[in-house]
Amino acid sequence: MSTVTNNDQRFSRLGAIFRTLVTRVFYSLIGLSILFGLWWYGGWLLESNPSTRSFSDFGPGPALNAISYLVEDGTIVNASLASGYRLGLGLLLAILTGVPVGILMGRSKVFRKLSNTPFQFLRMVSPLSWEPIAVIAMPTWDQAIIFLISMAAVWPVAFATAAGLAKLDPSWFKVARNLGARWWHVVKEIILPAIVFDVLTGIRLAVGVAWIVIVPAEFLGITSGLGYTIQDSRENLMYDSLAVMILVIGILGFLMDGICMALIKRFSWHRG
Amino acid sequence: MSKQGVHIAVKELSHSYAPRGPITFDQVNLVSLPGEVLAIIGRSGCGKSTLLHIMAGLLAPTAGEVRIDDVPVKNPSPRWVMMFQAPHLFPWMHVRQNVGIGLKFAHWPESKIQERVEKTIKLVDLEAFVDSNVQDLSGGQQQRVALARSLVMEPEMLLLDEPFSALDAFTRAALQKDVRSIAKSLGINLVIVTHNIDEAVLMADRAVIMAGSPGKIRDEIVVSLPEERNSKDSEVQKLREHLMEAFRTASSIQERGTDEAL
Repeated sequence: MSTVTNNDQRFSRLGAIFRTLVTRVFYSLIGLSILFGLWWYGGWLLESNPSTRSFSDFGPGPALNAISYLVEDGTIVNASLASGYRLGLGLLLAILTGVPVGILMGRSKVFRKLSNTPFQFLRMVSPLSWEPIAVIAMPTWDQAIIFLISMAAVWPVAFATAAGLAKLDPSWFKVARNLGARWWHVVKEIILPAIVFDVLTGIRLAVGVAWIVIVPAEFLGITSGLGYTIQDSRENLMYDSLAVMILVIGILGFLMDGICMALIKRFSWHRG
Repeated sequence: MSKQGVHIAVKELSHSYAPRGPITFDQVNLVSLPGEVLAIIGRSGCGKSTLLHIMAGLLAPTAGEVRIDDVPVKNPSPRWVMMFQAPHLFPWMHVRQNVGIGLKFAHWPESKIQERVEKTIKLVDLEAFVDSNVQDLSGGQQQRVALARSLVMEPEMLLLDEPFSALDAFTRAALQKDVRSIAKSLGINLVIVTHNIDEAVLMADRAVIMAGSPGKIRDEIVVSLPEERNSKDSEVQKLREHLMEAFRTASSIQERGTDEAL
């Protein structure tokens, strides 16, 4: 009897998950179809007006046709790898700097008071405005772009980490001390697992900002990456290729955000 | 779990939170024998929780000292563990991990941790929840996990800071009985801070009443009752009345003291 009930409960749970999934996919497909329709309509408008007809390769037809040769000649893969490398290094630097700085902001009242105004000031400076300085200060263009990505990504990571620290229950530290914890135990077993959700949320925001910054950052001085490919396509009037690169940027950004979301879900201990 | 209790000596202990601030308690002297369950009763603000924090090594006294087996308490130690009003469990850990965290801090090997954790979880009657998320447990079950997390260290003294005050009456009664019987079976000292007279009667071997501002030990009553205690027993009721009367007298001293001060 109880086995039957357990099976029924399992089936009804699976059914609910399936229904949620179908509903989500259904709405996503509808939303994407609307977007595709708008793209198609934009392409049609460009084509139907003689003064804009030369830009009509922006439309979905020419762009979808261009995908195959951009894949075959390696443009998409090479551009994505070059941008991915810069993004990865920039993010890594931002995380390695942002998490300890955030922990300091969260744990030390003096440091928080001291750093709040300058950090808020720096946070509000557009990362791209550092480009001239970065180009002078860094030996290569690659390093300059990585620096810009770090400048864009470090603040969301640091502030999210500090916010996570501020939410910690001070009694956890008392309990840990009471059970014989040393400071490194407190960092490893209490602080890091407690704030991992906030750090990952900060990283998710940082990925979004960095992904936005990387394209204009790659417009100058280099010969690889998604930004460079967009610029190159524009200069060579290859609007179909430009549209494909926009698609690639969107898809990669969407995938990275999905990975961040999955990690947040995996490491979150918050309920509700 | 073979450790026995300890001899606790609180000598001329005074405390103030700020150098020129009000004195929390003044010249408190207290002795507790190995294996004894000692209740410290008092109104809110008399300094009983602060006293317990100093006994646990979590706070430093302004003057005087606490000695455990004649060794002064300077820092927290797994030999004397404190349980707080709320369980303060680590919500990202399951029951098993919460219970074993102190042993992990002490660098025990994983297999030994698991062995000791299983044994302790059985002691607090939580076998069915060993792999549960602590956020899914009731308040009473969470407090049992906190108890197991303290007991797993095999402390010689367990300090309880009103640990059952947030629980419902049924859960509280069950835990009061279980904690006393576990402490007795292990032979460890219990020092319980409470403002609940019933709790003191049902759990303690001896109760001291703390009152006044600054707080002082005003009275001491031996709770000579059989091991099986029921709040409806006449002996329990009689002792409760006696303790209540002593508490009232101590409180009137506190009020008189305050009036005189005014």
